[in-house]
Amino acid sequence: MNPTDLANQATATANRALELAEAARRAAEAVAPVAQAAEPFLYLLTIFLMACFVGYYVVWNVTPALHSPLMGVTNAISSVIVVGAILAAGTADSTLARIFGFIAVTLAAVNIFGGFLVTRRMLAMFQSKKKG
Amino acid sequence: MATISTLAYLVAAVLFILALRGLSHPETSRRGNLYGMIGMAIAIVATLFHHGMDLGGIVLILVGLALGGSVGAVVAKRIQMTALPQLVAAFHSLVGMAAVFVAAGAFYSPESFGIGTHGHIHTQSLIEMSLGIAIGAVTFSGSVIAFAKLDGRMSGAPIIFKGQHLLNAALGALLLVLVIAFVATGSPVLFWLIALLSFALGFLLIIPIGGADMPVVVSMLNSYSGWAAAGIGFTVGNLLLIVTGALVGASGAILSYIMCKGMNRSIINVLLGGFGAEAGGAAAGGATAERAPVKAGSPEDAAFIMKNAQKIIVVPGYGMAVAQAQQVLREMGDLLKKEGAEVEYAIHPVAGRMPGHMNVLLAEANVPYEDVKELEEINPEFAEADVAYVIGANDVTNPAAKTDKSSPIYGMPILDVERAKTVFFVKRGMSSGYAGVDNELFFRPNTMMLFGDAKKVTQEIVQALQK
Repeated sequence: MNPTDLANQATATANRALELAEAARRAAEAVAPVAQAAEPFLYLLTIFLMACFVGYYVVWNVTPALHSPLMGVTNAISSVIVVGAILAAGTADSTLARIFGFIAVTLAAVNIFGGFLVTRRMLAMFQSKKKG
Repeated sequence: MATISTLAYLVAAVLFILALRGLSHPETSRRGNLYGMIGMAIAIVATLFHHGMDLGGIVLILVGLALGGSVGAVVAKRIQMTALPQLVAAFHSLVGMAAVFVAAGAFYSPESFGIGTHGHIHTQSLIEMSLGIAIGAVTFSGSVIAFAKLDGRMSGAPIIFKGQHLLNAALGALLLVLVIAFVATGSPVLFWLIALLSFALGFLLIIPIGGADMPVVVSMLNSYSGWAAAGIGFTVGNLLLIVTGALVGASGAILSYIMCKGMNRSIINVLLGGFGAEAGGAAAGGATAERAPVKAGSPEDAAFIMKNAQKIIVVPGYGMAVAQAQQVLREMGDLLKKEGAEVEYAIHPVAGRMPGHMNVLLAEANVPYEDVKELEEINPEFAEADVAYVIGANDVTNPAAKTDKSSPIYGMPILDVERAKTVFFVKRGMSSGYAGVDNELFFRPNTMMLFGDAKKVTQEIVQALQK
């Protein structure tokens, strides 16, 4: 095999590789929108499932005597939905959405203050009787 | 800025986990509650600095927080501990309603949540949104019914009609069709139709469930309020909402499971409802006639026997809460302790109207928590007890659960009060318990009935002990 043939062959291989790279790039481009939509969702789903497990293990450790305060606390922290309400009330571009946000902020606030304070009252009772 | 707020949300999420962790022991529980408050404050402040927030909006938010916050604070301060179950039910309904309104806010202003443009919301977001609305609305109306039943604004008896389950199934199917149509078209009419139908469904799901099944219902709605928050979290792509929603959802689900196990019934059985409604009349009428007459005693008799007892186990139930007898019960316990007796309290998992209800009431009356025992722990001790003082409890002591296969409560774990030397039953009359079954304990030779209001009877015992 002479050097010229060898060079030609090498060039052909290189061109073929370039073609493949281009095809791969095009394929990637086509898939990108799908991946973009699926990835954040999968990411959030992963977090969601992990949090379910964390909740499961943490709550099994709660002593039955404190089941009522547990409900008080979970009820209070579930009003973290106030985050969504604040976004609607403070950043929305439609008046209607802002009104909905305002109502949601108010309802959630009842829950936040009510939930944490009533839990504190309950827990104070469990505390005080330790001395008795 | 976005990184900082994400970081703040992460800190809040960790604080919420620590809050739940703190409840594993009474000693650490207050710190746990504090972690929860700090987490919530961080979450709110971080969101106020969100991109696109304007001054008018911040004012609006602060007004809402102050308005709702003061209502919540006043209610939390004034509520009586016996009314705790209905308060928690009312709070759950607020979370459900807030979820619906947040979903509406996102629907009418999708740009501010980054889920598309007006009229062109991403398909995936529409699916998540419909889940959020549906769960939120069911939580709302279901909790309203639970509240009404617990607060006595509505009869606690199950409401059953023909074709009930068929109707619910049909409405469920219709809901699914509406969701599909909503995802396909993004129409506002369909948005509100989904909300309306879910309200109706939540209402219909809870009305057939009777009063004493309320611990399961309250736990379940607790769980729903979490799933609703998580659903909204997926809609608006917020990590904190998803994590917190999952925590609360899991917690409520575990409580529901524990409550169902406490009654040896499946969650399906509870949800289908109507428990005890049909059995009531027949069982009560037939069986009582041939039994030995019951032995009724006076508070003085009870005081005399208890004064000479070494070990006394008190079994409180919902009747104690209704009569507000916890304070006087603790006084009785103190007097008996002074006489040298050992006094303990036995709590059945489903005693009362919400998980842990009795524990809170006893704590309110300053009963030391070391004296309050769970079912597995206390059951072996009844055999050594001289007296079991059953106040406002019935079905949870019925030995039929162990022996009578035809009984509706067969298989339910019970407190073995019948092994005590003497059993006192404080009861208003001879009516059967919630499950509609007679309690054969009433007719045993070692049982003495103390007829009357739980608080009054216990007060009279206290007076007799003081003499």
